[in-house]
Amino acid sequence: MKNTLPETTPFFARDREWHPPAYTPGYKTSILRSPQRALISLEGTKSEITGPVFGHNILGEFDNDLIVNYAKPGEMAIGERILVHGRVLDERGRGVEGALVEFWQANAGGRYRHKKESYLAAIDPNFGGCGRTITDADGNYAFKTIRPGAYPWPNGVNDWRPAHIHFSVFGHGFAQRLITQMYFEGDPMIWICPIVKTIPDKQAIEQLIAALDMNATIPHDMRAYKFDIVLRGRRSTLFENRLEGN
Amino acid sequence: MAQSLNYLKESPSQTAGPYVHIGCTPNFVGIEGVYAQDLGSGPMVNADTRGERITIRGFVYDGGGTALKDALIEIWQADADGFYNSPSETRGKADPNFLGWARCPGDMATGEFLFETIKPGRVPFRDGRLMAPHVTFWIVARGINLGLHTRMYFSDEEAANAEDPVLARIEHKVRVPTLIGKRDGDTVTFDIHLQGDKETVFFDI
Repeated sequence: MKNTLPETTPFFARDREWHPPAYTPGYKTSILRSPQRALISLEGTKSEITGPVFGHNILGEFDNDLIVNYAKPGEMAIGERILVHGRVLDERGRGVEGALVEFWQANAGGRYRHKKESYLAAIDPNFGGCGRTITDADGNYAFKTIRPGAYPWPNGVNDWRPAHIHFSVFGHGFAQRLITQMYFEGDPMIWICPIVKTIPDKQAIEQLIAALDMNATIPHDMRAYKFDIVLRGRRSTLFENRLEGN
Repeated sequence: MAQSLNYLKESPSQTAGPYVHIGCTPNFVGIEGVYAQDLGSGPMVNADTRGERITIRGFVYDGGGTALKDALIEIWQADADGFYNSPSETRGKADPNFLGWARCPGDMATGEFLFETIKPGRVPFRDGRLMAPHVTFWIVARGINLGLHTRMYFSDEEAANAEDPVLARIEHKVRVPTLIGKRDGDTVTFDIHLQGDKETVFFDI
């Protein structure tokens, strides 16, 4: 058992200049789905600084291996084998322990296994496209998958998504809840994607580009990409008479 | 130059996209055999959960009045006594038979979401005043670039709502009803409007 104090303080204010704004007309679907009134600012109460905790008991043996977790016995998903790994950190640079990380993606040809998907690329009978894991004591996570393909989507007449993996992350407080996407180093499609371009700051976009990590590559097996995810940090408790935060 | 503060930046959000179900509720879209069941699906209560059983149902509407068919809604709430089932809950121990969290994809034909839960107890605001019973909602979907946070309060809690410190912060009182779930028997109806005259109040928390 670690002797750590409960995390009882609110989170740092979210930097909404760093995130994409709600209304981004280059991404057409956002036009009618973007709130137009000012958000009501609310310093985190118990309702926001608390959050659910998920135990390792929810995980199955192959939840973190998309190459085999939907495949028939003895078979594997088709595609470039990759290991995706990294840390879930907070804005103070501390690893976030016990964070549930869920991920989903298209197959090697850029096709999702979904009822509403109509792209003509082939379905891979051995690829489902979902996985999940929980971070260790230092915030580390890892999973195996195949590199997803790029695909066209109905927005402009010729818009394509770069290869990407979706991530959903739980921290320790519900206000840290985050969904984002991981892109791949060196992909020229990143910079022409209307969804990527909803993020106004180039440095912020670069924060979502996983780097090729040859040190973590498994020789003769799979290349590795490193993708760190940063969740909001908590305010400190510097004074004993202000346990709810400074 | 001053010293660097060395804080990291929060990873920027990207939309959950149209295929959020694959990752969060795969069984719901026919990807079976990977997870035994979808996380957060089904009733939030068992026979031993304390509290008044309620069903929350509603739709998420876009600015054109069309119900979203591809939204994913998550809720987070206190137990019947106002305690959260979280390590950050320091006031007491929450009901072990109530996690307080669930997720529901909108129905693919109609867009309706539904949660079978209990009515939460009151939770104190930061200064100790009690907030009215409420359920925190988080909404993601294609076209939503950053998950939206809001709260549902209860229409049968008029007195508590009148003294709620969060509702009191809303300058335009005509918008307060957008946060009130309408209770009829055991069912509480809560529709979320992303845009337009009835736009729901969303929070920056």
